[in-house]
Amino acid sequence: MLELKNISKIYNPGTVTEMCLFEDFNLKVRDGEFISVVGSNGSGKTSMLNIICGSIPINGGEVLINGKNINRLKEHKRYEQMGRVYQNPALGTCPDMTILENMSIADNKGKPFGLGFALNKKRYEFYREQLSSLGLGLEDKMNIKLGSLSGGQRQAVALLMATMTPLEFLILDEHTAALDPHTADIIMELTDKVVREKKLTAIMVTHNLRYAVEYGDRLLMMDRGHIILDKSGEEKANATIDDILDIFNRISIECGN
Amino acid sequence: MLDLIISTVTQGFIYALLSFGIYITYKILDFPDLTVDGSFPLGAAVTAVLLLKGVNPYLTLLAAAVVGAIAGFVTGFIHVRLKVRDLLAGIITMTALFSINLQIAGSNLSIERGIDTIFTSPVAMTLLGSATLLVRKLIISLIILIICKVLLDLYFKTKSGYLLKAVGDNSTLVTTLAKDMGRVKIIGLVISNALVALSGAVVCHEQRSFSSTMGTGQMVFGLATVIIGTTIFRNLSFVKGTTAVIVGSVLYKICIQIAINLGLPANLLKLITAVLFLIILVIGNFHKGTVRKNAGA
Ligand SMILES: Nc1ncnc2c1ncn2[C@@H]1O[C@H](COP(=O)(O)OP(=O)(O)O)[C@@H](O)[C@H]1O
Ligand SMILES: [Mg+2]
Repeated sequence: MLELKNISKIYNPGTVTEMCLFEDFNLKVRDGEFISVVGSNGSGKTSMLNIICGSIPINGGEVLINGKNINRLKEHKRYEQMGRVYQNPALGTCPDMTILENMSIADNKGKPFGLGFALNKKRYEFYREQLSSLGLGLEDKMNIKLGSLSGGQRQAVALLMATMTPLEFLILDEHTAALDPHTADIIMELTDKVVREKKLTAIMVTHNLRYAVEYGDRLLMMDRGHIILDKSGEEKANATIDDILDIFNRISIECGN
Repeated sequence: MLDLIISTVTQGFIYALLSFGIYITYKILDFPDLTVDGSFPLGAAVTAVLLLKGVNPYLTLLAAAVVGAIAGFVTGFIHVRLKVRDLLAGIITMTALFSINLQIAGSNLSIERGIDTIFTSPVAMTLLGSATLLVRKLIISLIILIICKVLLDLYFKTKSGYLLKAVGDNSTLVTTLAKDMGRVKIIGLVISNALVALSGAVVCHEQRSFSSTMGTGQMVFGLATVIIGTTIFRNLSFVKGTTAVIVGSVLYKICIQIAINLGLPANLLKLITAVLFLIILVIGNFHKGTVRKNAGA
């Protein structure tokens, strides 16, 4: 179980731009849950993920995994059991390295990265299999640089790389937002498949209400640093895009826009 | 004339070691490392002192590489752990090294004829005794260069080497791979400055001297050679970066030699270097700009 307990987060404390985003923010994520998170821009979705991953400091509260406080665990250490895919496809891969080289560094996640050769011929077949599961024909292009692929192709490889080694949590921040609708659908399908197959606990921020409704088994809506909607089980299964859109519009009106 | 060509190429080989170092920091890590202007003479200072103490000339190379590595570590530590900006971290170490180098050497040193260098040691004489000193310098520098090049090329194929490339390419990814990117940067700076100090050590053997100012402008020289080399081979992806850098270094030394032969006063050398460097950078930027435009279209 992953838990955010009494989190407070203040940006730029002590300056004129001081901004209190979270005050006593709480969230419990059960093992194996696949949560989709929606919410308007600036509602704190990315900040929440950054707090979970340790990418930004917090001003109070606790981040707990299985009851154990991980506040002091460094960001890179937390990724030993987490994978993350960002909105920007460029952040998940190395553009100047080939697909093969990228696959091999991802394959070595969790290992020491010592002086052994990085490329292991015995793993090539495995990489080919993984790539061909994407259905993008990348398995025949293993020696081209990642930078020459399209955004969708890069994001597909980034997703593969993030989930190649054993992990518990998958953190997705609008990872389909930069893609065209068709490619976004492919990536979303892949995401769902890998979450199910590997029985991951996943948190997916998305602006696509259809994805939020169709995928995952719990739905959160955030607004100005608060969780204003939390549906799971039956309630989530029965939710429709229109329901969600309704609530969305209502909070926008309250905001005055 | 032939002698001049040989000695110029030899210079190119020796300074290519320094260019390897800059290749790692500037090209791979994207880290403008000014430590170089201090770690280059550091290598020479340590070498001069050890030679004068009668230490085996080949061991002095090793010692120089080790102290260079320490200098690189210091810059890395200042930048990564104390969170000082990259350029400033290098400047701090460089400034400190200026005093440290003088402390080590006492003053400018020269190594008298009676003391064997790597070019005149018994080993060198048995193997290459029939060649003139000039040719021996060429061959021995080439051997050292090739050893370093092969080791570096091998290193770039290891997991650690891949991680180094990845940090320069996309440091976010390295973090999500559960690796401390700061540590990787420090490793890069350590290797880089070990090579730079080694270059300084070989120069000390070659000139039989150490001078406290011999580091001035070495960083800019190294940058220029890396940019020349990688620009020439830009479109030939099968040419290794290390090879490109060697070509850049030799070409650069030849250009400077030609300029001197045409009657350029030695005092103007640094000015010419600066102007050349500016031209190279502008051409490099211009090229980058067009690439981006093309990529955006
Ligand atoms: N580094 C930062 N410095 C100051 N304010 C920030 C910073 N990052 C985010 N914020 C503010 O925090 C709020 C939430 O941002 P974010 O978590 O990115 O929202 P979301 O991902 O839901 O769009 C926004 O109002 C934003 O301006
Ligand atoms: Mg966001």
